[in-house]
Amino acid sequence: MPTFQLKVNGKSKTVDVAADTPVLWVLRDHLDLVGTKFGCGIGQCGACTIHVDGNPLRSCSTTLEQVKGKEITTIEGLSADGTHPVQEAWIEVDVPQCGYCQAGQIMTASAFLENNPNPSEQEIKNAMHGNICRCASYTRIRKAVAIAAEKMS
Amino acid sequence: MSTLSKNTFSRRAFMRTSTLAGGGMLIGFNLFQSCKPKVVPPVDLSQLNYNDFNAFIKIAANGAVTIFSPNPEIGQGVKTSMPMIIAEELDVAWKNVFVKQGILDTNNYTRQVAGGSQSIRFGWDALRQTGASAKQMLVNAAAARWGVDASECTVNEGVITNAAGETLGYGEVVNEAAALEVPENVTLKEPKDYKIIGKDAGNVDVARITTGKPLFGLDYKEEGMVYASVARPPAFGQKLVSYDATEAKNMPGVIDVITIGERARAHMNGDNRNWSAKLADSDKVVVIAKSTWQAMKAKKALKIVWEHNNPESTEKHNKILLSLLDGKKFNTLRSDGDINNAFATADKVLERTYESPFLPHNCLEPMNFFANVTDEKIHLVGPVQTPASAADTVADMLGRDVGDIHLEMTRMGGGFGRRLYGDFVFEAAEISNTIKKPVKMVSSREDDMGTGVYRPAIKYRIKAAIKDGQLTGYHLKEAAINDNMYGLIPNFFPAGAIENYQVDVASYNSNITTGAWRAPYTNFLAYAEQSFFDELTELMETDKIQLRLDLLEKVKGTNDDRIQYDPERMQNCIRTAVEKSGWGKKPEGTYQGFVNYYCHNTHVAQVADVVVENGNAVVKKITCVVDCGIVVNPMGAINQIEGGILDGIGHSMYGDFSFKNGAPVANNFDRYRLIRMNETPEIETHLIQNELSPTGLGEPTLPPVGGAIANAFKAATGNRLYQQPFIKTPELLKVPKKEILG
Repeated sequence: MPTFQLKVNGKSKTVDVAADTPVLWVLRDHLDLVGTKFGCGIGQCGACTIHVDGNPLRSCSTTLEQVKGKEITTIEGLSADGTHPVQEAWIEVDVPQCGYCQAGQIMTASAFLENNPNPSEQEIKNAMHGNICRCASYTRIRKAVAIAAEKMS
Repeated sequence: MSTLSKNTFSRRAFMRTSTLAGGGMLIGFNLFQSCKPKVVPPVDLSQLNYNDFNAFIKIAANGAVTIFSPNPEIGQGVKTSMPMIIAEELDVAWKNVFVKQGILDTNNYTRQVAGGSQSIRFGWDALRQTGASAKQMLVNAAAARWGVDASECTVNEGVITNAAGETLGYGEVVNEAAALEVPENVTLKEPKDYKIIGKDAGNVDVARITTGKPLFGLDYKEEGMVYASVARPPAFGQKLVSYDATEAKNMPGVIDVITIGERARAHMNGDNRNWSAKLADSDKVVVIAKSTWQAMKAKKALKIVWEHNNPESTEKHNKILLSLLDGKKFNTLRSDGDINNAFATADKVLERTYESPFLPHNCLEPMNFFANVTDEKIHLVGPVQTPASAADTVADMLGRDVGDIHLEMTRMGGGFGRRLYGDFVFEAAEISNTIKKPVKMVSSREDDMGTGVYRPAIKYRIKAAIKDGQLTGYHLKEAAINDNMYGLIPNFFPAGAIENYQVDVASYNSNITTGAWRAPYTNFLAYAEQSFFDELTELMETDKIQLRLDLLEKVKGTNDDRIQYDPERMQNCIRTAVEKSGWGKKPEGTYQGFVNYYCHNTHVAQVADVVVENGNAVVKKITCVVDCGIVVNPMGAINQIEGGILDGIGHSMYGDFSFKNGAPVANNFDRYRLIRMNETPEIETHLIQNELSPTGLGEPTLPPVGGAIANAFKAATGNRLYQQPFIKTPELLKVPKKEILG
């Protein structure tokens, strides 16, 4: 099997996997970074969202070829100690119910706020529309993104 | 109004203490039952035995309190709220309390189950009395050391103070306290003195969730663990005939391809009706590989021949269920007065039929489980709502002693009823038993949605008799796939309020597996009933609110103990919802729908506000009033309430799950629509304040909300909705064109 060099959360990693292995499973099974979740496998739910060069991407539908030479950030690397403003806002609002989708929600929200630090409520809703929360904690997600925006500006 | 429970049973019966080796006090106690007379908690934490006690509290020599919370966590917040109740009576600062998920060692106790919104309701007394008893023992130990009477000592946040002003921390007296007798009588706090209960507490796992720590079953790993992907029959009723795994076996990372099923079937012992037997009806082909992706990919390369046997379809079910409603073969679950006479003598009759599809649970974490079956023991780890019965079944399947099983529960990425059914535990155990390796069985989303234990498709027909402006008869008929409503549901409102009242049920036994789905039966019945009442008030030309209040008035003073809803509490919810929602006082262009409902021991009233945008009726706001007694953790409670409401709206609007040729038409989120952010209305929640014992919140706000939005849609568009999901008839969600022009 081919060897791939990846840059994940600021560290260089070498993995020995088939070229068609989605980045999601490389992170989870090979690099022990299980914070990125498997939900649907077809890019519909957003549980597997990571940042690639700062842009949100569905890791279940992303190949190793697509991330070659790029910076991958996962929920484990979003901040050194869990104090990214989005993470802090999530705790403040107490967003999670089951919690399974929340890493993906946080990765989507943090990438969104980097590009749009002063979003309107409708912009927040549109940005978060692609991430499913099966427990439907949407009212709190909305609130937490708004609070995070305030913290970041 | 106060109905605080008295200390009616002895603490000796369910609580014992020991001194930990190295210092500290360990309290073992049992929720929901008394323990065996002579067991004592261990002196070493590694020896915690959840057969003897189903929960433990450790008070360390430094005063830190660790609570080993027994109930599985599926997102309903009991891992936070149950320890809060103990901490309140123990009188320690919530910030000094640590909570750990308990482990299941065997199945010899009751209710280590997440389901039915009952964890808090059943645990309320035992949790408080355990905390209060431990506190009393600590105070007694301090008093003995000081040589004073315990009654002159006070406690605040883990510090005991005597009349002279001297203080001792809990940690300083734990070893002496552990040796004392468990007191026979303790005083529970008055609700006005609560410092933790009723205050917002964040989810105890929140910081681990937001940093992506390995909390869930899918995250669990062990050295040497392999991965399994299971090929199950693609349609219900199919059986494995043969398979060719040549290509799959040659794929990278593939270790083996095996079949399982024999042991699961042997366990069923000829019973072919229940869910587990149906899911175990055929052998399954399993790919074992070094990684999840390799296993999933190789599964797709299997060439499998399945034998088709009696495939079912939604088209067929619709005909069957309607013919059951038209027919005469019913089980009567409740019958008051003479329903036939009521209809024979009625001035007006209203009869309507309401139809619902199957629904998958779609927990976002797909079904998965870890198993390591060795000659010495069976290690099981993962997300399951019924750990005790899963352990029991695995022991029976594999011909092992249940004492060999060590089951660890992980946090669950959603439950909604699906993880009450442990088929994925049985599969993992059978796989590991065959390959003699630690293995993680992982379902894909397609596997998960395609081989579920679904909410059954159900149709209700409701008929009411009106005479002289009064409701004189009410007849509810249910036709359901596999199983009918159970328990006290036939005695819910309007039972007791209408003289002639009958509930009849009929079912069709399908080979499609069905089971509990968040708020079983009521999740659709509440919408049907509350839509029917809305229409009924129009036919009776009466006020929507007044009819409900008047009917509830008739239930007051009933001596029918099957009726457990409280008409006064319900009336209070209704009146509060009218006031808080601005019912009837909204500006032109806002249309409202009203519902009230009782289930899972909790009373709810809701108002939906709908507006018309581009000709479409859109839900803008839900006002929700809940009476669940004392609210342990308002922050967690409101999360449950809002989640239930949005889950109810989502499935009423979009949840569509039909079958063709025995197989579901949708198998992933591209074809199965769940509610998303942009469809989420504003929610305003009001909690009724009282001092009554707390009841559950995981389910009660879900069932009625479909009725609230249907009634508001009717107000906006003039169209009644009789079928879920509402999106299936998009023309009914639009305002008729002439009205827009007019």
